[in-house]
Amino acid sequence: MESGFLLPDVDDENAAPFWAGCARGELLVQECGSCGRLAHPPRPMCPHCNSLDRGWRAMSGLATVWSFVVPHPPLLPAYSALAPYNVIVVALDDAPTIRFVGNLLASPDGAINEIDPATIRIGEPVRVVFPLVDDVHLPRWVRV
Amino acid sequence: MAADTIKNKTAIVGIGQTAFGKGLPDTELSLACQAIKMALDDAGIAPSEVDGLASFTMEPNREVDVAKNVGLGEITFFSQVGYGGGAACGVTGQAAMAVATGQCEVAVAWRARKRSAKASRPWSQAAARIEDTSMWSRPFGLLRPVDEIAMLTRRHMHQFGTTRDHLANVALAARKHANRNPNATMGHKTMSREEYMAARWISEPLCLFDNCLETDGALAVVITSAERARDCQRPPAYVHAFAQGLPPQHQTMTNFYNDDPLVGPAWATARKLWSMADVGPADVKVAQLYDAFSPLIILSLEGYGFCARGEGGPFTDNGNIEVGTGSLPVNTSGAGMSEAYVHGMNLVLEGVRQIRGTSTAQVEGADVSLVTSGEGVPTSAILFTKEA
Repeated sequence: MESGFLLPDVDDENAAPFWAGCARGELLVQECGSCGRLAHPPRPMCPHCNSLDRGWRAMSGLATVWSFVVPHPPLLPAYSALAPYNVIVVALDDAPTIRFVGNLLASPDGAINEIDPATIRIGEPVRVVFPLVDDVHLPRWVRV
Repeated sequence: MAADTIKNKTAIVGIGQTAFGKGLPDTELSLACQAIKMALDDAGIAPSEVDGLASFTMEPNREVDVAKNVGLGEITFFSQVGYGGGAACGVTGQAAMAVATGQCEVAVAWRARKRSAKASRPWSQAAARIEDTSMWSRPFGLLRPVDEIAMLTRRHMHQFGTTRDHLANVALAARKHANRNPNATMGHKTMSREEYMAARWISEPLCLFDNCLETDGALAVVITSAERARDCQRPPAYVHAFAQGLPPQHQTMTNFYNDDPLVGPAWATARKLWSMADVGPADVKVAQLYDAFSPLIILSLEGYGFCARGEGGPFTDNGNIEVGTGSLPVNTSGAGMSEAYVHGMNLVLEGVRQIRGTSTAQVEGADVSLVTSGEGVPTSAILFTKEA
């Protein structure tokens, strides 16, 4: 882990298919195999119908900014080195109450501190990208 | 048929607290025992009479160690409440439930913490790979509780027009109250609006003074039956109502995944609390609202029904949450932002002092006193009254 970033366990029993999707360039949201409703974060049981049959649905990858912050130190060293940077929460166009935490990048492989935070607007449209950080493809976002 | 509730069946009869500071020489165990002994002395109750204990899952001291140091009696009730800042009213209320139902007769609820040790910050203790739900937030640099609450704050500003001046109202009220409290960490340090606005950012839109203190210290309360409380040496603070709250589809402070993230556990807790009480928000004379971060006051004012949704910011204008000028004085000891941050246990003690009439920022006629624990996490609230 050269980056020093905190990274997910991509083999996590609930989330492994999500992270495999990111590696393929697909943004997946867990979909109940019984009632078809979406849930995020992923979990073993559907909270609507209690089915254990968990599937996945590919999203368009289009979203809007729901909120954002700009962290400053004290932070973990890898993040402190990039601060101030942006962290955004996005709401998916396909399912507006499904939200993801991410970063707004200037380019698909850009750093998390390249966008001027003063230009970020709640409601602005973004699309997902999957840059590689060490050995994990993280879902991040660029302006449409 | 109405349930047999705990209303007015118990009271806080003793409070105790150590000095607050950074890098206190005493161990957390020693601090806990000192606070508990002070609370028992305040109540005039011997340690051997204690038969109930309640504390936080995050409390470093085990019941066995506390009991054998303080010389407690045969313990027949002990419980812990989770979620850190959500737990102070929870431990107090569960102790009251245990007394009210006969599981014990004298209960102690406490919290001891050496927060200023860097290792006590959970967010800085990074595992190699994240296996829990923080995998959805921390990789992107949303590392600390302040970042998570800042995210909700920005959304609240966007949706309802809340401003940094509203947040400053909260920080300045706490500081003014602390300036009257000789035990407060910031007791002798004043703050102006200009100083607030000039403070460095921690996580925009939150600055340094939107954050609570880092504190070492311990606090304890003693709870017994209302009947016995009337014979104790201090005026009883009756436990009129108590509630906990964990709403559907909630996910602690990264509460971004439900339908409406700005409606947090305070709302669920408030519904239960008011349903258990003979009084409502308009009857509350003084409130201690958990303040790890200033926006939690604004969210709590809305959640507990002191104003309409979205109006928590304007509610703080014109000194409205300050003693002397406000319709609802809030955090009269200085609370987490200016007195001490001990996971909100100091708010419980201040709620009791307001009922006793012994606060350093006393509200005249404070006969109904609300204390809440942290909004944003599964939480709790307790309502103290002067009369049973």
